Amino acid sequence: MTTVAATSHPAPAHHDDRSFIRKYVFSTDHKIIGIQFLFVSLFFLLVGGLLAMQMRWQLGFPGKPMPGGGVLPETMAPGGVILPEYYIQLVTMHGTFMVFFAIMPLLVGVYANFLIPLKIGTHDMAFPRINMWSFWSFFAAGLVMLASMFVPDGAARAGWTMYAPLSARHDYSGASIGQELWSVSIILVGLSSILGSLNYITTIINNRAPGMTWFRMPLSVWSLFITAILGLLALPVLSGAAIMLLFDQIIGTHFFDPAAGGQALLWQHLFWFFGHPEVYILILPAMGMVSDIIANGSRKPIFGYHSMVFAIVAIAFLGWIVWGHHMFVSGMNPTLGSSFMVSTLVIAVPSAVKTFNWMGTMWRGNLRFTVPMLNAVAFVAMFVIGGLSGIFMAATPVDMFIHDTYFIVAHLHYVLFGGSLFALFAAIPYWYPKMFGRLMHEGWGKVHFWLTFVFYNCVFFPMHILGMGGMMRRLYDPSQYTFLQPYQPMNVFISISAFLLFATQIIFFVNFWWSLKKGKPAGLNPWQDNGLEWTLPSPAPHGNWDRVPTVYRGPYEFSSPQVPEDYLPQTRKLPTDREPAAATAARH
Amino acid sequence: MRWWLPFKASTFTGPIDGLFLAILIITGIAFVLVEVGLIWFVVKYRQRPGRKAFYTHGSTRAEVIWTAIPAVTMVALGLISNHYWVQMKGRNSIPPNAYPIAIHAKQFEWQITYPGPDGKLGTPDDFTVRNQLHLPVGRPIVVLLSSEDVIHSFYVPQFRVRQDAVPGMDIKAWFEATVPGTYELGCSQLCGLGHYRMRAQVFVQTQEDYDVWMKQAAQEASS
Amino acid sequence: MGKLGVVAATGGAVLVLALAGWMRPGVPAAQGGGTISGKVKFTGAKPAMPKIDMSEEPKCKAKYTAAPPTEETVVVNANGTLANVFVYVKSGLPATYKAPAPAGPVTLDQDGCRYHPHVFGILVGQPLAIKNSDGILHNIKAKGTKNRPFNISQPAVMTSDRTFTAPEVMVPLECNVHGWMHAWLGVLPHPFFGVSGSDGSFTIKGLPPGTYTIEAWHEKYGTQSATVTVAGSETKTADFSFAAK
Repeated sequence: MTTVAATSHPAPAHHDDRSFIRKYVFSTDHKIIGIQFLFVSLFFLLVGGLLAMQMRWQLGFPGKPMPGGGVLPETMAPGGVILPEYYIQLVTMHGTFMVFFAIMPLLVGVYANFLIPLKIGTHDMAFPRINMWSFWSFFAAGLVMLASMFVPDGAARAGWTMYAPLSARHDYSGASIGQELWSVSIILVGLSSILGSLNYITTIINNRAPGMTWFRMPLSVWSLFITAILGLLALPVLSGAAIMLLFDQIIGTHFFDPAAGGQALLWQHLFWFFGHPEVYILILPAMGMVSDIIANGSRKPIFGYHSMVFAIVAIAFLGWIVWGHHMFVSGMNPTLGSSFMVSTLVIAVPSAVKTFNWMGTMWRGNLRFTVPMLNAVAFVAMFVIGGLSGIFMAATPVDMFIHDTYFIVAHLHYVLFGGSLFALFAAIPYWYPKMFGRLMHEGWGKVHFWLTFVFYNCVFFPMHILGMGGMMRRLYDPSQYTFLQPYQPMNVFISISAFLLFATQIIFFVNFWWSLKKGKPAGLNPWQDNGLEWTLPSPAPHGNWDRVPTVYRGPYEFSSPQVPEDYLPQTRKLPTDREPAAATAARH
Repeated sequence: MRWWLPFKASTFTGPIDGLFLAILIITGIAFVLVEVGLIWFVVKYRQRPGRKAFYTHGSTRAEVIWTAIPAVTMVALGLISNHYWVQMKGRNSIPPNAYPIAIHAKQFEWQITYPGPDGKLGTPDDFTVRNQLHLPVGRPIVVLLSSEDVIHSFYVPQFRVRQDAVPGMDIKAWFEATVPGTYELGCSQLCGLGHYRMRAQVFVQTQEDYDVWMKQAAQEASS
Repeated sequence: MGKLGVVAATGGAVLVLALAGWMRPGVPAAQGGGTISGKVKFTGAKPAMPKIDMSEEPKCKAKYTAAPPTEETVVVNANGTLANVFVYVKSGLPATYKAPAPAGPVTLDQDGCRYHPHVFGILVGQPLAIKNSDGILHNIKAKGTKNRPFNISQPAVMTSDRTFTAPEVMVPLECNVHGWMHAWLGVLPHPFFGVSGSDGSFTIKGLPPGTYTIEAWHEKYGTQSATVTVAGSETKTADFSFAAK
């Protein structure tokens, strides 16, 4: 599959005689599973984007027939004009697909699976078959969610946050089986996440290579480890809530229906108790991978490695006690508003620490602006905006005004797109060679980066202004309000920028597909990085190593005075290095 | 098109707009520090032949400084914000003489029950009107929110007031309008396909004009 | 004489054939058939209907230049009769009866933020063309129990079609954006129904001979029944009387 470079690592001795199905479809190889997650999640990223484009059409040009809208059925868009009930389905499905089927699986399903065994020096995950089920339950969940858009009465439409009792009763929402399918899909996605987390946690605790102590693990692995713990504890809450919702929808329970003795706020507490750790699941792996890429791109050790680890742990820990900040005006006891405000303001601190440490890493470095590095620096620049805008909404009196406005939409897209997606635009080309043996095209990667950066800010920065003006979320037609009519030109500007932003992603997708066959063949270590994965052939073979390597140092020894090169791999033994004590992993 | 917060028409705009500005200044300073810093580093430390990066693992002193300063700032912000939060939304924040209006939210309208000429809710002279909220200026109003079906949210941007109306709960929210005029009440929690049209007109009137309207409306309602 | 005879015979044949085609044998209730007609009286004090304040919807309010609109729960005509009473054949049709295919859709119009008509009937399977003449957002929520409920929006001037699959007396229709808008729809497996109009009268035509139970339904005053036997093409009268509560 790839050229064998002249190194001291022989090709795997065992014969790989698996069938095509066992090798590429029902595979238990963590790398294949990671790649499967990659292909399927990129598809759902596209789906989420298409849904957003329809929303932006309606917001920019309310009531006008959408180009190509003629293919949609009369119940969604008669004559291509989007109906209000279809608009709120778009809103709901865009959020659902992007959170559960794009960003979360791209960060965790892909990179936890692909990177963890490689970066800690083991052959595969602790439970390879459970890992395979983690992918297939995700795939099934995706099919169910897609199907929910095509059933009679359409898809779920109470927002991705699915507040009850709107979501629990068909006579309130106008949807029928689409609502149930959402719940079923979410239960399956939760299962996928839980199965994955079991693997990631167990593998990292038990199967590190000799010398790979906790504080020699790269930050990408630390962040994936902490994320896995968050997932293991948070997703069951969502699954439980989704099961209760499903029961309300189909078997006549009334957990969330006050008309029959239930509590509307119960859904919100359950959902956000999951939902807040979830958003940290959506950012921590991004932060971890960005740390790896910035250290590499700066040719310098990460600044404050231990602080970075503690910051990850602090964010994860604090993330459990801030959920009420989504509920300041929900009717929840106002005293809780005070306590949640304090915890929310405090959680800004570890994120600030990380930002300063990234800057410290770049300070006095020798910066190489490859496509991954460009996107990683952009992550820092954009995530900061998202994080700072969060402070406005943490202050409860201000939140009373900006809650459920476009200020929140701006914030969440700055952290999820400006943050997580830019981190993915860095990570995907960075580890692409280890996945596929080739490099993505660097020139087109830069074009994609600059265009995306400009259009993305044109789309989301003005939303802060819309929110300050009081424009509410999930409005089919803001021009119905006199006070919002003056903002319509800005909505048009945002929509056009959004269309250009979406079109720009074609460059990324074409680059991705083209490079699979036509990209420049990558050697073992195209980025001159220190991680264990870069000692293997590109693409990495089944089973990774014949014999598990030994680790002698941390992952960020760039520009070390010990060697003339500006990098020093973790597994390279120098005359001054001692063998580590007992191995933490099983001997092979 | 306004580039700032909406027209100020209630007593809440002082604290809320003030806090907003204070946070903007604090976050603005952080924003400039980080973004300008990044741009400067990107230019100054870019790779050039013969250069080597400075090998360091960090600085404990730096960590302490840039942990302490944000932490102190956030705590201070929290204390100040909480002071105003308790004033606006606290359990005992509703002024005792606040004028009561009951608002029952329903897909997709606001059913507004006025206390009638006697100024008390729950008496026979109360009457209900759809989507027209008349308010006297310059005195505290307490809105008693309830919902017929799903969660809605009472929101008047110029008053800076927002409160969810939750089925199964009776929730009070208070505010004081300061400028006579016409405003709009919007629903600020997705409540179904008509969510975007669930609006009411808000008329803030001088007490004299309000009394005149009240007499007329009560008469029409009883006929 | 011979030529004339041929022409006359041909003409006559054509005439007979045309007549036969026109009569379309095999389709019940085409020509002739019995008729039930009557008046729905109202006794007692006429209840005052509250005015509807449409200030929130200026486009609709502007359409009422003469007098402001009032609610339509009880509409008593000038001649002391009750309008909007739905009268229909409840039982008595032979088991083999099959309704003819409907000629076209029934139209329900939303104009001036009111439903036109307020009470009406439709055949099972017949399309209901819901028209929005106002051009502002209306939603139509159909709260059927035997028919699948639906809730669709019409944000602009447009027409949406729906059909009903099961007989149901009556399916309530409402708009949630304009809470005063209500209509009532009777879904029947046969075309034998009528609604009392502005003179309080109704007519049900084309009945096959038989003994029928007919029911008069009013949204506030409930139902009343009567038994009527019709034969051939005679007209029978059935009057109803509802009293103010």
